[in-house]
Amino acid sequence: MLLKELFANEYVIPLIFGFTFGILTRLYLLRTDYRQYPTYPHGTMIHLALGAIASGLGAVAVPSLLKENYTAVTFLSLAAQQFRDVRNMERTSLQAVDETELVPRGKTYIEGIAQLFEGRNYLVILSSMVTTLATVLYNWWGGVIAGILTVLIARLFKSGKNLAHIVSVDHAEVRVDGPDLYVGDIYIMNVGSRDAQQVIREYGMGFILTPKNMNANVTISHPGQRQALLHDASTQLGVYTDEGEPSLTPLAKRDMKTGRIGVFLLPLIQDKEQAKAIICKVPILESTVRMPSEAPVNQRGGN
Amino acid sequence: MAAQIMAIVTMEKENIAGGAPIFAVKSPDELQKTAFTLEKILDAMVHQINEKTLVIVRHR
Repeated sequence: MLLKELFANEYVIPLIFGFTFGILTRLYLLRTDYRQYPTYPHGTMIHLALGAIASGLGAVAVPSLLKENYTAVTFLSLAAQQFRDVRNMERTSLQAVDETELVPRGKTYIEGIAQLFEGRNYLVILSSMVTTLATVLYNWWGGVIAGILTVLIARLFKSGKNLAHIVSVDHAEVRVDGPDLYVGDIYIMNVGSRDAQQVIREYGMGFILTPKNMNANVTISHPGQRQALLHDASTQLGVYTDEGEPSLTPLAKRDMKTGRIGVFLLPLIQDKEQAKAIICKVPILESTVRMPSEAPVNQRGGN
Repeated sequence: MAAQIMAIVTMEKENIAGGAPIFAVKSPDELQKTAFTLEKILDAMVHQINEKTLVIVRHR
């Protein structure tokens, strides 16, 4: 009886479609991988709940608009406020965790993750809104097509670029020359302790990143990007260090003349090929991307 | 990233003066051992200034 009454409302089916595709989009964009972030199962739960709210908001916006209830749209601004808080929440919790990390993510990486979580909620709103509208306009199959389309668009946003796009990664020998530590010809740091020198000789692994062009040179020089690289490599390969062992710190230093980056790692898994593959797959952080070649001064006869 | 010298371990005490505690040692072996102990105690890093002098530095 109640169900029948419910389905008598012309907007119930579109709402269900919109809501479902919204949540599907969020699920699709929410994948816990080696980063174990969002943490499983509770972090995942938080984001699913927020995704459900987002998709509800997106779906409801359409009927309220169609019923000429224009003031109802103002609650979308409320949604924006809500998801800005998501970003704050992510940032705060990640920063708190970062303080106890052996190899920290760095502020830039955290900012990138926080930004991404906010952005994905908007994608969910878009998805449920478009799906609801399409269901209202073209029956249920319209909704399905629109839903699948928006998931595909979301996929486009999901796949960012990685380091392999802008640099070439080559293995280089780690050299301990007296107290001086080099990766290839790039100076990394001064290690005075004989013990630490021995560990570095044993476990140290070096890579040199050569930027492919001027834009890559500036982007890879960003300390936040380099810290993200060290963090990612250390999570996936393990790291031979502990709290209060600053002599055993993975580092990435820049050769200022050429813009090449010397990466010094202390992986537990001593596999050069695997390490190289991991470095190639490190995401390029959105906020570190620089495009000096786009600047008007560089376009006149520049490269 | 302000680094701070926590201690100095040296075999030539006469060449060093200043605010940080200075540990005078006699042999290269003792130099390394003292530096190692201090490194572990202070959670800081050993840097070599020259053959006869090591400084314990806390970064950050």
